[in-house]
Amino acid sequence: MRLEFEIASGDFSQAGRASSRIKKVLKQLHIDPKIIKRIVIAVYEAEVNVVAHSVGGTIVAEISGNDIEVIIQDNGPGIEDISLAMKEGYSTASKKVRDMGFGAGMGLPNINKNTDELDIKSTPGVGTTLKFKNNFNG
Amino acid sequence: MKLTDIIQLTKARLVAGGKTEKHEIKRAFSSDLMSDVLTLDTEHILLITGLANPQLIRTAEMADIEVVLLARNKKATPEMIELAEEVGLVLLETPYSIFRASGILFQNGIKAVY
Repeated sequence: MRLEFEIASGDFSQAGRASSRIKKVLKQLHIDPKIIKRIVIAVYEAEVNVVAHSVGGTIVAEISGNDIEVIIQDNGPGIEDISLAMKEGYSTASKKVRDMGFGAGMGLPNINKNTDELDIKSTPGVGTTLKFKNNFNG
Repeated sequence: MKLTDIIQLTKARLVAGGKTEKHEIKRAFSSDLMSDVLTLDTEHILLITGLANPQLIRTAEMADIEVVLLARNKKATPEMIELAEEVGLVLLETPYSIFRASGILFQNGIKAVY
């Protein structure tokens, strides 16, 4: 099963819509709630990142019998230094984003914590692709 | 603790989520930072916060939190209430500060997440 979502830049009223839809589908498939939580927290953190930091992008979730693969792709501006961005506490978020309860430099480390396999590629000026895979059997 | 006791102890108002009897709250977490809420490994807790925006509802949804207490007399917006009803979240409003609401609930037996 393939789920696709367009994510608009700066539209916080819609942030979480894709994660919510993915959560509903996984619940219908009777996946272990603890495993669902890990997946949707990773998707939600990434979704908020696309809304907060990028010019817009897409989320594609591919669900098979044993696992889920999620690809979050944006069209820029890209991350200069991924290892720095992965450091807990490092953030480039605006005041607006911080006022909303995010931007504490915990998103990417939390995605890392909640995923089985994670790959982030970024080209400054072009965009970022974050890909992760989680197994349904823990 | 039953939801009706939480409402009574914090002089709260129920603004979303009708089925109050099914919730039995054992632990709570107080934070205005959603990034911190998203790192918790404990589910089915009470979240006490002064942050009133739709991202609070989405964060609770993803973190498997079913009851949120808005402190400092913050009011839920119609958009928040609609979203809370949609995802099955109980939303309460208390005139008390986070410190006061947390203190009262802790004193009456609700445990900390950590």
